Amino acid sequence: MMNRQNDLPGLILALASAVAVLTALGMVFLYAPREATMGDVQRIFYFHVSSAWVGFFAFFVTFLAGILYLVRGERRWDILALSSVEVGLTFITMAVITGSLWARPVWGTYWTWEPRLTISAVQLLIYIAYGMLRRAVEGPERQARFAAVYGIVAFVTVPLSWFAIRWWRTIHPEILSGGDMALTPRMVQTLLVSLAAFTLLYVTLLRQRIRLERFADALAALRMTQ
Amino acid sequence: MPVYLVAAYAVFWGLTFALVFSIWARQRRLERELEALKKAQPSDQ
Repeated sequence: MMNRQNDLPGLILALASAVAVLTALGMVFLYAPREATMGDVQRIFYFHVSSAWVGFFAFFVTFLAGILYLVRGERRWDILALSSVEVGLTFITMAVITGSLWARPVWGTYWTWEPRLTISAVQLLIYIAYGMLRRAVEGPERQARFAAVYGIVAFVTVPLSWFAIRWWRTIHPEILSGGDMALTPRMVQTLLVSLAAFTLLYVTLLRQRIRLERFADALAALRMTQ
Repeated sequence: MPVYLVAAYAVFWGLTFALVFSIWARQRRLERELEALKKAQPSDQ
């Protein structure tokens, strides 16, 4: 049975993530220039965008794992979907809160019901409900099947959120087109390093969460034999 | 440094540590359960 002591790859991943996040943090505060209009508060943007990216990616992994579970019926895909939702929720919550903290000095309010923010709030509630509804379903196989379908349907919020700033009139900045916030090369480099660091952090946390679920499964099986 | 900037990065660290702690705490609970199961087993097994 697995334990924390024999996980050398996990330790290496955790150290690599820590170094990557600290490097990104150093670049955010020491390397990226001060933005001309917003000032220092613009530095929130690097970790805000990165946490939103990881949240979207995590929900995409849940979407894929859900399809694979329905096709193959293997418990490992259910574990991957469940673990990815939990990590993704943490990062999406981070994105929503850091976005609000950026909005207060820039827009003059923490929150406004414009399309992108409204979809983000709905998305957050939908994925919080994933865990709650999952526990409400009886039987592990029914639970996994229900969660797989739910994870596939819930993923519609990701493209909706992504395209909201392109389809509807919104005050949320559109970064990738370069229209609303012109990024200098140093800003782009800092953003790319932050995105890479957050992706690595996601992989590390996801791996630990998967191990936890497998440990719980192994323990449940052991209990059955007693 | 703007207070909103400090708060935003505090949120990042706070939520990351909360998730790490939550996984660690659940792992500890399962390890304790495993120990209890081992102790409950008859000594000749």
